[in-house]
Amino acid sequence: MCRPEVICAYPISPQTHIVENLSQLVKSGELSPCEFVNVESEFAAMSVAIGASATGARAYTATASQGLLYMTEALYNASGLGLPIVMTVANRAIGAPINIWNDHSDSMSQRDCGWIQLYAETNQEALDLHIQAFRLAEQLSTPVMVCMDGFILTHAVERVEMPDQESVDAFLPAFAPRQVLDPDEPVSIGAMVGPEAFMEVKYLAHAKQMHALELIPEIAADFKQAFGRDSGGLISGYRTDDAETIVVALGSVLGTIKDTIDELREQGVPIGAVAIKSFRPFPLQDVREALGHAQRVVVLEKALAVGVGGIVSANVRMALAGIQLHGYTVIAGLGGRAITKDSLRGLFADAVADRLEPLSFLDMDWDLVNRELARMRASAASGPHAENILRDVGTVAAGPV
Amino acid sequence: MFEVRIHGRGGQGVVTAAELLAQAAFDEGRWAQAFPSFGSERMGAPVVSFCRIDDHEIRTREPVMSPDALIVGDPTLLHQVDVFGGCKPDGFILINSARSFDELGLAEFAEGFRRERMLTLPAAEIAREHTGRAVANATLLGGFAAMTGWISLDAVARAIRARFAGAVGERNVAAAGAARDFVEAELMELSGASPA
Repeated sequence: MCRPEVICAYPISPQTHIVENLSQLVKSGELSPCEFVNVESEFAAMSVAIGASATGARAYTATASQGLLYMTEALYNASGLGLPIVMTVANRAIGAPINIWNDHSDSMSQRDCGWIQLYAETNQEALDLHIQAFRLAEQLSTPVMVCMDGFILTHAVERVEMPDQESVDAFLPAFAPRQVLDPDEPVSIGAMVGPEAFMEVKYLAHAKQMHALELIPEIAADFKQAFGRDSGGLISGYRTDDAETIVVALGSVLGTIKDTIDELREQGVPIGAVAIKSFRPFPLQDVREALGHAQRVVVLEKALAVGVGGIVSANVRMALAGIQLHGYTVIAGLGGRAITKDSLRGLFADAVADRLEPLSFLDMDWDLVNRELARMRASAASGPHAENILRDVGTVAAGPV
Repeated sequence: MFEVRIHGRGGQGVVTAAELLAQAAFDEGRWAQAFPSFGSERMGAPVVSFCRIDDHEIRTREPVMSPDALIVGDPTLLHQVDVFGGCKPDGFILINSARSFDELGLAEFAEGFRRERMLTLPAAEIAREHTGRAVANATLLGGFAAMTGWISLDAVARAIRARFAGAVGERNVAAAGAARDFVEAELMELSGASPA
């Protein structure tokens, strides 16, 4: 639908079926002219995407979890070279312990690599964001990640409206880069830059993202005009007008949050939510305006910055600098732990009563944690924890490790 | 909203069953959401899938905790996994088995539910007869349609045909139809024995 010319990806759960289906579409000729390049790793996948994009091809790839980490070095090259590659990240936890399920640890770990990061709430929005992402990437000469929750979205079958090809073509014109790698007219791309100009080049990457703060809402408005749907943008508020408590989150969990908020609203609780759609660039001003009037802000995040706590909340706090309100960080849903309405009801009740700790962990089994902590205190020797915990849970019959 | 949970084992088409059900709901112009609860995928491991059906957009993404209908695709799970967790007293329960609830050791448990909403269906046998294989997912959906009335057999049949081309699709549609007939006969017998 976005007419990619080179697709290059290495399969990894929960992204695999995206790549499988695209390879079939390329083979059947449905995506013609498009080449699918098989590679031996994610590092190679991103490297091929970089090469393809530098020659002027619209390039796409997809990955998740450890695959994204394996790409890291190339991710910085793609953004540093200003190549408008679009990549789907099927959000998945990072091991060890190995875990295939959803959280945001993978994309959050790459938040500073110079790529724009957009987060989809539904499969409809994931589709819409990809169309917007190519236009944004090519207009700005910067790569874009479209992040969608692994399994929860990637493996969900739900109703999606498919725009017709003609409308997409009108919205997303063909890729026309300023310069391309061409043996007949050689140019240098990727020159070494020393201390005399490195800071300036890096600043330009930042300036592009600041420009994206204007472009993302513009593109979302154009998209709405063309396709009639609200998709994308920087942030999106839900029942926030008179809300004393506002929940901030990214991705598919917002659906469950909104349903829970509706229930609480029926009971007269003034609570609302703000979805952060663009995490990079981070819309400081929009977040400040959306949250500044609240009495308390609960940031629910699916990643943990070990050693400090929240990642999204650190950014939210920056947006709220100087404003007096209660701020809570809640780490939830790591490694695929289900975030249920029951848990959210309890969490929001605690938040509204200001009973929350500044940093808390939704549905944490503290007995399990404390048992292992006690074992750790009993012996100063180093050793693994995951297997001890599994033994306590009864998942495997392993002996003491 | 109507929420369905399907239990089975890897290789039995548990995830496909939820997707077919969602597809059938789309076909009827409704909203639906089907999704799996994956473990480390492998043949024979317990697998759960979910399907929600509603007349408007479905936003929640939590697993189905308290199903309106439960389909157990493999009776060997009954005493291994908490398949009945969160079941409602007026909910539907359909188990793939040629045996009765008494024979399955569920007589006492069944007393807490409405008899006409709790059925066993020899789906593996019906599937084997019509398709040559004991993969009972499409068959169970035929029984489900007849028992719950929440989806039409026609919509289920169209979803099966859209997913499985040619003879495979037709055989599964035939199996689903046979399951519908079986369940309708069961329900008829029950209503004769004890009018609801």
